[in-house]
Amino acid sequence: MAAEKLTPSEYIGHHLSFNAKSVGDGSFWVLHYDTLIMSAILGVVVFGFLWWVVRGATSGVPSKRQAFVELAVEFVDDQVKSIFHGNRHVFLAPLALTVFVWVLFMNAMDFLPVDIMAKFYHIIGLEHWRSVPTSDINATFALALSVWVLMIFFSIKVKGLGGWIHELFCSPFGTNPLIWPANLAFNLIEYISKPLSHSLRLFGNMYAGEIIFLLLGMWAATGLAGTFFGALLGAGWAIFHILIVVLQAFIFMMLTVVYISMAHESH
Amino acid sequence: MNINLTLFAQAVSFAILIWFTVKFVWPPLLKAIETRQKTIADGLAAGERGKQELEAATQRSTAAVEEAKLKASSIIAQAEKRATDIIEEAKNNAKAEGDRILAGAKAEIDQEVNRAKEGLRAQVSALAVAGAEKILRKEIDAKVHADMLNTIANEL
Repeated sequence: MAAEKLTPSEYIGHHLSFNAKSVGDGSFWVLHYDTLIMSAILGVVVFGFLWWVVRGATSGVPSKRQAFVELAVEFVDDQVKSIFHGNRHVFLAPLALTVFVWVLFMNAMDFLPVDIMAKFYHIIGLEHWRSVPTSDINATFALALSVWVLMIFFSIKVKGLGGWIHELFCSPFGTNPLIWPANLAFNLIEYISKPLSHSLRLFGNMYAGEIIFLLLGMWAATGLAGTFFGALLGAGWAIFHILIVVLQAFIFMMLTVVYISMAHESH
Repeated sequence: MNINLTLFAQAVSFAILIWFTVKFVWPPLLKAIETRQKTIADGLAAGERGKQELEAATQRSTAAVEEAKLKASSIIAQAEKRATDIIEEAKNNAKAEGDRILAGAKAEIDQEVNRAKEGLRAQVSALAVAGAEKILRKEIDAKVHADMLNTIANEL
């Protein structure tokens, strides 16, 4: 969006507003169509690709396509294997693959140049449309809370409801009734901080990345020198962002695996 | 930074993707990978087995060659011994034959000598008679003194 009349805050505000549709009364009953549709498209495309490759998977000499998918899968599988010591193939390893691949591609939307995409969305009639689902806190919280629910589910499944409650009160400090409150407080803080740190880390990284791209884009509107250095720094930031995108996806996956395998271990 | 219904909608799509991966993506690929791993492991094991078999066969063949060499040398030794025996026997036989021939020849020579002696004896007596006849032509009648002449001839 060329900024003839826009002020900088309008420019950034325009880029950072969601395509929100109210579906009920109150501020909670709102859906961010851009987040949902972008992530759904990515999910369908990426997991459709995986499914298409896997459906024709051969145990003989693999095609390049299959070898590539196997590389990704074995990378994830190795990570899970080094952390989790149960039967990972039933649930945890596929979960880790889902998280890693999906988050990776949602993050990778950050590579799309913000202004060109805004122009494109404008042409197809979308005024507010954000490309990066993981820079929406709803998306990262959705993933983190799902993992959180799974964590509690596996904790109860492995230890039983009684065992889980026992662990809430009796770990990590001991079984003495006098320190039950301390244990409970400790565990509650842990249960609250886990999804928060899990989701905010990813959100913060992606959101900050987007804002820096926007600031550089704004600089480019100030004149020739701004355009030149904006482009230069934008390229630098994009290259650095390749690392961040992959690293954050990897960290998100690793934390998912760690949380759920911790839920499998009794103290 | 506003939490809203998007969170739950996103969680639902996450759940669907997890289900899809668990159900349709992971198992076939895992099966393919594990089957291939097994095939490779089997191949490696077969190779190892083949190597061991080759080693065993080499050992067996070496042993067989050794045995054959041993047998051959014993056969040669036997043959040499037999050859010496035969030569020894032949020598003995030849010696015995030679002795026999020698003995025969000696006996023959003795016979010849005796015969010659007989002949000589007869001739000497005849010669003596002839000499005596010449000397005693007139006094001795051969017919009368025949007995005496015979006695002399026998004594010679």
